[in-house]
Amino acid sequence: MNFWWFLLLSIIKIAVVLVILLTAVAYTVLLERKVVGRIQNRWGPSRVGPFGLLQPLADGLKLFLKEDLLPTAVYKPLYILAPVIALACALTSIAVVPFGADIKFKGVDLFQIANVNIGLLVILAVTSVGVYGIALSGWSSNNKYSLLGALRSSAQLVSYELALGLSLVGVVLRAGSLNLRTIVDVQATHGALSWNIFGGFQIVAFFVYLTAAYAETNRTPFDLPEAESELTAGYHTEYSSMKFAMFFMSEYANMITVSCVATLLFLGGWSSPFGHLFPSFGPVIDAILPVFWFVAKVFFFLFVYIWVRGTLPRFRYDQLMGFGWKVLLPVAIANIVVTSLWLGFTRPL
Amino acid sequence: MHLVLFFIFGGFCVAGALNLLLQRHPINSALSLIVVMTSLAVLYLLLGAEFLAAVQVIVYSGAIMVLFTFVIMLLNAQREERTHGSRAAYILGFPGAAALFALLTFIFISNGKSLGFAVLGPDMVSTSQLSSVLFRDLLLPFEVTSVLILIAILGAVALARHHEPHKDESKTQGKER
Amino acid sequence: MQSHPYTWNYLPLLIQVVVAAGLGLAIVGLSWLIGRGRASKAKLDAYECGVPVEGDARGRFSVRFYMVAMLFILFDVEAVFMLPWAVIYRHLPVLTGSRMFGFWEMVVYLGFVVVGIFYVWKKGILDWTNDRGDL
Repeated sequence: MNFWWFLLLSIIKIAVVLVILLTAVAYTVLLERKVVGRIQNRWGPSRVGPFGLLQPLADGLKLFLKEDLLPTAVYKPLYILAPVIALACALTSIAVVPFGADIKFKGVDLFQIANVNIGLLVILAVTSVGVYGIALSGWSSNNKYSLLGALRSSAQLVSYELALGLSLVGVVLRAGSLNLRTIVDVQATHGALSWNIFGGFQIVAFFVYLTAAYAETNRTPFDLPEAESELTAGYHTEYSSMKFAMFFMSEYANMITVSCVATLLFLGGWSSPFGHLFPSFGPVIDAILPVFWFVAKVFFFLFVYIWVRGTLPRFRYDQLMGFGWKVLLPVAIANIVVTSLWLGFTRPL
Repeated sequence: MHLVLFFIFGGFCVAGALNLLLQRHPINSALSLIVVMTSLAVLYLLLGAEFLAAVQVIVYSGAIMVLFTFVIMLLNAQREERTHGSRAAYILGFPGAAALFALLTFIFISNGKSLGFAVLGPDMVSTSQLSSVLFRDLLLPFEVTSVLILIAILGAVALARHHEPHKDESKTQGKER
Repeated sequence: MQSHPYTWNYLPLLIQVVVAAGLGLAIVGLSWLIGRGRASKAKLDAYECGVPVEGDARGRFSVRFYMVAMLFILFDVEAVFMLPWAVIYRHLPVLTGSRMFGFWEMVVYLGFVVVGIFYVWKKGILDWTNDRGDL
C-alpha cells in the first residue's frame, strides 16, 4: 500500500478528530454549566443562542480578545511553554483511542488514528508527561498561589497515577494484551454481561480507576490545586487570555480522554450492551451504531463527572494524599492478586 | 523513513544533551534532559522495542524527571554561577574526553561485527515475546528487582528523615503552611 | 488485515504530537497578536489578592513533596513490571509447565513491595498532618 496515501489519510483523520475533540471540549464546558446550574436550581447559560448553545463560541471569542499579560516576575520561556505542554499532552492521547468497530478504508483504520499494540501504555505515558504543564506553569509564574497549587497538583497527580496504573492490570490480565482494540474485543462477546465491569469482575478496579482519574484531571472532589477559597486559582493564577483558556481546555480534553479510556477498559468500548441479540442492520448501520454506543458511554461518564462536581465537597489535602496511598493503592494491589487468582483457577489459556 | 526519523531524533538527543550542559538555569537543564529521554524513547521505537519506548517515557520522562523538577522547585535552585573551571579540567578533561571518544569510535569501527548489530527496521518485538523471556528465563533478576525497590524505599526514607527530631520540629511545621 | 507494515501505525501518533503542540503554539501566538495590550506596572505584578507583593514566591517547601516523588518513582517501576506480567499471565501455565507458577512469582514480587508500603506507612511518611512522623 502506498505510503503517501496512508500519510494523507492519517492527517485527515487527525484533523477531523481534533476538530471534533475541541468542539466536544467547548460543549462539555457548556454542558457542565448547564447541569451544575440545574443542580443548583438555576438556569445556567441561556442568553446566547437557543438554550445558550452559542455560549462556547462567545466565550472563546472573548478570551481571544482579552489582554495577554506577561507579568514581569515570570520566567518567560517556561511561562509560555507550560500551557503548550499541557494542551499538547491533553490532545495527544486521543490518537490511540478506537471510536468504533475495526473498519478499514483502503487498508486504513476508519475509527482510530494509531492502532498500536501498546495503546494503553501510550495513554499512561502521555498522562505522565502531562505533569510538566502544571509543574512548570506554577514554578515559572513566580507567584505563591501558583507555586503552591503546582506543588500540590503534581504531588497529587503522581500519587494517583500509581493507583490508576495498577487498576488497569486486572483488565490487562483478562485481555492478555495492551492493545485497546483487543481489550474491547474480549468484552464484546455477550453484550453488557461480558464487559469488564460485570463479566470480568473488575468493579473494584473500575471504581479505583474512576477515583484516580478524577484526581488525575484535577476535578472535584480532588480539585485542590485550584481550590479557589485558599489558592485563588492555583497553578494558573498568573495566566490570562487564551493561555488561561488552554489550561481550561486541557482539563476538559483530559476529562474526555479519561472517559474514553474508562469506556474502552470497563464498559466494553463501542460494543453494544445487547451483544448479538439483534441481527445485522446492513453495513452502514453496523459501522455507525458502535460509534453511537461509544459516544453514549463517553457522554455518560462526562455526565457523572459533572454530577459528582455538583454533589461532593472538596477533600482536605492530607486526606487526599492519605486516600491515594493508604486506600486506593492497597485496594488496587489486592484487586490484582484476587483477579489473577481467579483467572489462574478458572481460565488459563 | 526509519533512517530519516533516526537522524531527526538522534539530533534532538545530542542537541538536548549539549543544551543540558550549556544551560545555566537548572530547570532548563532538567527540561533538556527530558528532551533527551523522550527522543531516546523514539530511538528505541525505531529499533523495534515498543514496550521499552513506552516505559522509557513513563519511568524516565514521567517519574524520574518529575523528581528532578520537584527538587529544583523545592530547593529554589537559582541560576548557577559560571566559574571558569579549574585548570585540571582544561588540562585533563578535554584531552581525556577526546581520547575516550576516539577509543570508542575506534572500537565500534574496527570490532563492529563482534559487537553485534541493532537493525533499524519494521520488526517490532511484541510485549508478549518480551514477557515470555522475562518471566521464564530471567525470573531471578526480575524478583531481585523487587528487593532492590524495597532497599531503595528504605534508603529514601532514611535520607529524608531528620536526625534531631526535637530541634527541627518547629522549622518543618512552618514550612508548607 | 493490515496492508501496511506495523511500524507505520506509529507515524500518525508522531504527527498527532506535532499537530497538538503546533496548535498550542498557534493559540499562544494568536492570542498575543489579537489580545489588546494595555499593561501597567500594577497589572504586571504577581497577583496577591490586591495587596503589594511581599517577597519572592520561591522558597523551600516541605520535604514530603520530595518523598512523594521519590516513592512514586519506585512504585512506578513496580507498576511497569506488572503490565508485561499481566499480558502473558494466562499463557504462563503452558510456558512454565505449572498451573499457578505465574501467580506465585508475582506474589513474591508484590510481597516485597507491600513490605515497602507497610514500612513507609508505619514510619508516618504518608501522614501529612502527623507530627509524630519521621519527617
